[in-house]
Amino acid sequence: MLTLERASKTYRVGAFGGGRLVAVRDADFSIAQGEVVSLIGESGSGKSTIGRMILRLISVNGGRITLDGDDIAALRGPALRAYYRVVQGVFQDPFSSFNPIFKVDHAFSLLRGLHGGGLADEAWRLRVDEALASVGLEGGQVLHKYPHQLSGGQLQRVLIARALLLDTRFLVADEIISMLDASTRIDVLNLLGDLKARGLGILFITHDLSLANYISERAIILRRGRVVESGPTRAVFENPLHPYTQQLLGAVPRLHEKWGTGPRSGKADACCYHDAITTTHETGLPAMVEAEPGHFVGCANLYGVCPGDTGAVVRATA
Amino acid sequence: MGLEVTDLRVYYRTLAGDVKALDGVTVAVAEGEIMGLAGESGCGKSTFGNSLIRIDGRMRHVGGRVILDGIELPIADGDAMREFRYKLVSIIPQYAMSALNPTRRIGRMIDELLESRGVRHQELRTELRRRLLLVGLPEAVLGRYPIELSGGMKQRVVMVISTLLDPSLLIADEITSALDVSTQKAVSQTLVQFRDEGFVRSMIVVTHDVSILYQVSDTLAIMYAGRLAEKAPTEELMERPLHPYTRLLISSLPEMGVRFEEERLAGIPGAPPSLLNPPTGCRFRTRCPLADAVCEEQPPFVEVAPGHAVACWKAT
Repeated sequence: MLTLERASKTYRVGAFGGGRLVAVRDADFSIAQGEVVSLIGESGSGKSTIGRMILRLISVNGGRITLDGDDIAALRGPALRAYYRVVQGVFQDPFSSFNPIFKVDHAFSLLRGLHGGGLADEAWRLRVDEALASVGLEGGQVLHKYPHQLSGGQLQRVLIARALLLDTRFLVADEIISMLDASTRIDVLNLLGDLKARGLGILFITHDLSLANYISERAIILRRGRVVESGPTRAVFENPLHPYTQQLLGAVPRLHEKWGTGPRSGKADACCYHDAITTTHETGLPAMVEAEPGHFVGCANLYGVCPGDTGAVVRATA
Repeated sequence: MGLEVTDLRVYYRTLAGDVKALDGVTVAVAEGEIMGLAGESGCGKSTFGNSLIRIDGRMRHVGGRVILDGIELPIADGDAMREFRYKLVSIIPQYAMSALNPTRRIGRMIDELLESRGVRHQELRTELRRRLLLVGLPEAVLGRYPIELSGGMKQRVVMVISTLLDPSLLIADEITSALDVSTQKAVSQTLVQFRDEGFVRSMIVVTHDVSILYQVSDTLAIMYAGRLAEKAPTEELMERPLHPYTRLLISSLPEMGVRFEEERLAGIPGAPPSLLNPPTGCRFRTRCPLADAVCEEQPPFVEVAPGHAVACWKAT
């Protein structure tokens, strides 16, 4: 279980780091093995920051992130290597994720160090074949090629295979679909579904709501660094409660329904939840409200309707 | 009058030979029509848009004619195109966000641009303000630098600039792909509004996102490996696609409501052919589930129903 406990990140910005930019505030959710959780937000909402915090590419300012109860910020040396054996990431641009002068098999072999050198040649080759097979590629197709000789879809699959070479249990997939063509993106998406069935926990970071709807069990909607709504994907997409979620869903281009002609919810500009808030968190902010089992929604103070001063969300997991 | 393109061929010159990015494209865009142009990356859709504006040094016009409002555009001759560009045919470039000069305030940049076209900017000042307001931008943006505007604002500024001289044809190249969903919706609706207000007469919207095109375009053209596969009114193309590529493309789109557990969508196996040495016959036949011997001959792009043209032997 990979858990974020009120994880926050503040960047220093401006000359001499004088300014503060709160990129993520009190992100609080967990990913279990065998599920796809999608993290949905527009640019600047902090979705990639969360992914990078999980991968320890940037530090956590407040709160903590734990893997099976251990705080990942404290990991050093061998313990950190052990963490990276379990948690891996794949990013948006497959073309710039590879060292262009290494062939794929060389790029793979760099990972052998993470195994502590304990893997024999034969066992390693088996592992490579297995990882490539699980992403639908054959060794002969890709191993002796340079990155520029492969297509975007192939590269993205090679990257996923690379992550699977370890004993990966959690995968952070940050916008891995958006650079791919329509005809190949669905294959990569299905691949995530297959990996989930094999017990991988996947954090699927995206701005594309229809992709998130297709692949994930749980959806988390992020706005300006805060979780505004979270719950089972079906509940969030079919019964969006937060005005922001409703607005996002209303803007999604659909295939058989024109914008503005479909039924629109009438409560898009008011927060219907500020009356319902009964609990407040110790910081004094209104907490997430559980609207239906597992479906949480944050107060829409952002719209100037709620009584609290800075707004929204504290608890996102049951 | 609209646009008529006949058998347009534009190749890229490379050391390895000619890349046949456009290999015989015949298409008509009627007056007042918004045509969506979709396809995979590298299929030539951006090349099509660009060749109506400017054939640059890497490109070579090999054949075909382009007639806009009864005038033949000298697309192969960069200097002769000068008098048509911006006034008759205009483009919103793919990276509109970086299309603005970072060292000029927006207003001054527009003044300079208009002067270079021999138009006095005083004459257009009122109209410019009206159009900025129309797309939801305050007049104050004219005094700002591009860096002070958000992505969506810059996109809208470029849209207003591109259409300021009321061109007959506007080409919008992937203008929504870098934007968030809500901004995407606003920008696409602005495109339709521009046509409705008569700022442009017809439009070609190039993007890989079919669902955006479904929202804005009147007709939809699908391109594959340098040629048009199919063109039809948007509704008809979505409901009754005839070309196997169009069918596979549409069925691979994850529509809202479709879920992995319930319905597993499939992509299109294989990859588009290299345009350096494209295969003979139908270019989709290596990936096509219906292909047989007849497909070794190139299928003509013919009209099978009113306004519905397709290049496939198997389409009936």
